[in-house]
Amino acid sequence: MAGEKLLQVRDLVLHFAVTNGVVQAVDGVDFELNFNRAVVVLGESGCGKTSLAKAMLRLLPRNVSKHSGHVYLEGTDVMLLSDEEFRQNVRWVAMSLVPQAAMNALNPVIRVGEQVAEPAMVHLNLNKNEALSLAVKMFQHVGVPQDFLERYPFELSGGMRQRVAIAMSLVTSPSLIILDEPTSALDVLTQANIFNVLKRLKKELGVSFILITHDIATSSELADEVAVMYAGQIVETADAHDFFSAPLHPYSQKLMASVPRLRETKELEFIVGQPPSLINPPTGCRFKDRCSSRFEKCEHEPPIIEREGRKVKCWLYS
Amino acid sequence: MAFEADVAVTVETGDRRNETLLAIENLRVWFELRRWGFGRAGYVRAVDNVSFVVHYGEAIAVVGESGCGKSSLMKTLLGLYRPTEGRITFEDKDLSQLGADGMRWYHSQVGYVQQDPFGALAPFMTVERILEEPMIIGKVNDKEERLRRIRKVMEEVKMTPVEDFLGKFPHMLSGGQQQRVVIARAMIMEPRFLVADEPVSMLDASVRVEILKLLRGLQDKHHLSVIYITHDLSTVSYFSERIFVMYAGQIIEKARVERLLNNPLHPYTLALLNGTSVPDAKNAETFKEVPPGEPPSLVKPPTGCRFHPRCPKRIDGLCDVKEPPEFEPEPGHQVLCWLYQ
Amino acid sequence: MKALANSFRELLRYPTAVAGLAIIGVLLLISVYALVTIPYSEAVRLWRGGEEVWYQNPQYAAPAWLNFFSRKKQPVSFVVGTADGSMAKTVTPGKQDTAKIEMSYSFDYQADGFPQEMILYFTSKYDSKLPFVSITWTTPDGREIPITNMGIEHKTTYRFSQDEKLQKKLKTDDVIQTLFADPKSNPPIPLKGTYQLKITGVTFEQGSDIDAQFVLHGTLFGLAGTDKYRRDLTLPLLYGTPIALMFGLLAALGTAVLTMIIAALGVWYDGWLDELIQRVTEINLVLPFLAILIMVGTFYSRSIWVILGVTILLSIFGAQIKTYRAVFLQSRESTYIEAAKAYGASNSRIIFSYLIPRMIPLLIPQLVTTVPAYVFLEASLAVLGLGDPVLPTWGKVIDDAFADGALYKGLYYWVLEPAVLLMLTGLGFALLGFALDRILNPKLRGM
Repeated sequence: MAGEKLLQVRDLVLHFAVTNGVVQAVDGVDFELNFNRAVVVLGESGCGKTSLAKAMLRLLPRNVSKHSGHVYLEGTDVMLLSDEEFRQNVRWVAMSLVPQAAMNALNPVIRVGEQVAEPAMVHLNLNKNEALSLAVKMFQHVGVPQDFLERYPFELSGGMRQRVAIAMSLVTSPSLIILDEPTSALDVLTQANIFNVLKRLKKELGVSFILITHDIATSSELADEVAVMYAGQIVETADAHDFFSAPLHPYSQKLMASVPRLRETKELEFIVGQPPSLINPPTGCRFKDRCSSRFEKCEHEPPIIEREGRKVKCWLYS
Repeated sequence: MAFEADVAVTVETGDRRNETLLAIENLRVWFELRRWGFGRAGYVRAVDNVSFVVHYGEAIAVVGESGCGKSSLMKTLLGLYRPTEGRITFEDKDLSQLGADGMRWYHSQVGYVQQDPFGALAPFMTVERILEEPMIIGKVNDKEERLRRIRKVMEEVKMTPVEDFLGKFPHMLSGGQQQRVVIARAMIMEPRFLVADEPVSMLDASVRVEILKLLRGLQDKHHLSVIYITHDLSTVSYFSERIFVMYAGQIIEKARVERLLNNPLHPYTLALLNGTSVPDAKNAETFKEVPPGEPPSLVKPPTGCRFHPRCPKRIDGLCDVKEPPEFEPEPGHQVLCWLYQ
Repeated sequence: MKALANSFRELLRYPTAVAGLAIIGVLLLISVYALVTIPYSEAVRLWRGGEEVWYQNPQYAAPAWLNFFSRKKQPVSFVVGTADGSMAKTVTPGKQDTAKIEMSYSFDYQADGFPQEMILYFTSKYDSKLPFVSITWTTPDGREIPITNMGIEHKTTYRFSQDEKLQKKLKTDDVIQTLFADPKSNPPIPLKGTYQLKITGVTFEQGSDIDAQFVLHGTLFGLAGTDKYRRDLTLPLLYGTPIALMFGLLAALGTAVLTMIIAALGVWYDGWLDELIQRVTEINLVLPFLAILIMVGTFYSRSIWVILGVTILLSIFGAQIKTYRAVFLQSRESTYIEAAKAYGASNSRIIFSYLIPRMIPLLIPQLVTTVPAYVFLEASLAVLGLGDPVLPTWGKVIDDAFADGALYKGLYYWVLEPAVLLMLTGLGFALLGFALDRILNPKLRGM
């Protein structure tokens, strides 16, 4: 159906219980994604972005205390499905994940070809040979030579392993792939290679991506849209062109000002203080304690304000 | 070796900006590969014929990808590895001639700031104890003096009020605070130079700038020389004067930072610069040019120029046969590449 | 210090830890009590003592509290005497230096079974003329049975069951049974009620005196019963507690500390030292531990200190070294160790100030859980006949019980009491150890 969005997330909540209280990791998150587009979820550690991926894929920890909201995937609210239906029809079939440090998450005693084939055998009901030939195709897409099928993970470099992880997420032809910090441990050139792979996949296979990262510079390599996450909430969403040239939210602005650039020498800024704890988030705007534009209204939680196709959660724009 | 007023130091080192603090000549650090039982499987040539000088109060960035040997180079400078060949001269003293006492003195002259702030601090020691250790080993026996130095250094890294932090254990501190303690520990013996190994790569974006500025501030105040190892090129222009690019155990290009960024000579340097991203939405529309292949193994590096299998500007018959010597196409800018013969 | 207090509070959140601590606390209290009330030399003397120490006790008597649990009451032993006033005594001087001494004791007998034995121990003072006594037995239903008349020397013991004349007089083989039986009952059951023992004595000299001690051996005695040698079992049970705890703790502690140091040295210095330690360990693992201890005990010495020493020696190069080595190998690569080398720390400093403190939280649960193993080891050796020959230990009690065929004879208490204590010790330390492991080993924390 033309015009229908691939993904709509409404009011997604994920809280889990720890000894000191309840961690409100994802606290009412809204965003959207069209087909064949990539959105980057930008945020620092402790903002809840990894939990967002888990909330969407229903990879919940044992101590979850609240998991609610709506996740419309191609029009269907997958939050309403039972766990088994979700496992069969959504996870890894419509939506898959390349987790953080994926290259270290490969099973060290199984050959990489078999590991890539496994999701195809489980979800697509292929037999081993069919799955392996599908794996070969995936290897071509990500740029790993075919003779690597027989190798074990320790025989591959970090960059190669990350490509294998991407191939694993791709083998069932999902429409959406979530990548959690895909290149954080990799070198510059390897990183560039991986992003080339992702760009090519987007172009040739029409896959959509959600890229979760704290690295602002490399995120611009893939982003069509940007969503900034802070303390469990999305504080700004915008088209990439608009965001990287002129961010609106004070946090986004400070983040952009803290990115070192290759050939510029203007003074870098840093943000004083630390992000608030997710266990007892402050009332009102969660960034208010670190914001230089704070005023009285900030004691109340700001609404999401739309402006020229962008969304900002900040009183400055009301 | 107690330091009196900082003023004296300033005067002393301020005038010495052109003098050599540390000289490395033809350094090779090779590790033997052990084979089960008998026989040798070869050497890992982690640092292969590296030469450079570091001046007083100068900051140098050493840039390269993983496996290029920069960690081994750094650990040799710290005195953790012995060179297989070559000479390291510090303040006109040859390191290989120093005995145990001499090495202890050398260790007090070099501060080490590590990449992982949490791992670098012993989890069962309080901050106070962590900071005391180098002094105890360096034979600062007076407890009063130790406390005085701790206080001073904590104030310098802006961890105040000092008393609040002294009794804490590392896991009670944030990443940024932990790294400040690591820096404080590196400074506590009032060293001449710091070796910083990716000091901010494990910290959050907003904290990185704070820590890098702190390091820069300390460097300016104490006229420290800093060797700053990183794989993130975008930070080098803020925090160093010169830059060395390492590849497969060799320093393939040395230059002042502005020269290198505006006129990169070695094809690998050019590839690195092209591969580094700046936040710009147009990036999503273009593919980056990346040299094919991967960095070579340090056990059997390619013959001739080590980059030649991946180099787009390779001269067949030359680059794959003979190792290029160091050329200096413009003053202060050296490169190991046949293109500049 | 605050860290310790915090850990302790965290520990109390686990019910298993609280239970374990409670059990260990009780054991410690028993140990302290035992050591304080019975000094070491006294304990040994009592334990090795024979008839003269334990004569008052019945043989093979079960604990007195068993009567709580059965409807059929068994007779409990008791001892009364004129010397401490528990038996009434009146002296009536008569003519010509004679004196009449009347001693009597009445007691209420409610048991459903017959006593084992009754004994009268007489002590008398005289120069040449023996005092003379006449003993009478009165049953609840009013029968007065004359027992015997006899002269009393300085020390005379009269056993009711062994008096042949009495047997003939009462026309029975079992005197005790007859004295207590209801005459109308068949098969005989005891007559319940108040019994009285009357001793009428005469002395013939001035200053002559008679004292008597009346001992009734029931089938039950005291808190823990008695064994073949009439020894009160509360002695070895009480005194065995500190011995067991001491052996277990010392062995566990000694082994753990030494193993850790050796593993650390091996890992740090590497090379031939590490290889040597590994090979010695592997050889030691193959050697049969218990068999060597048995050999040492048989051919050399059974003293508990020697056995402790050999145990530690054999345990140091055990499987634990491999575990510690693995952890040390990992620690050795830590960044903070590298930093320490960079600021010039010496090897010994790194081992003792950096590697080993890292290990202590991992060591403590291991230590606690191995204590019961060593306690059981000591008991096992005792059961095999290799226990320390002089000390009253739990294992020795079991050894004596088996040697005397206790289970065959139905004397279950003799085996069960020390066994239960052993099990409790094991349980206490195991519970505490597992809880500690969950706290100190973060990977298990989620469970």
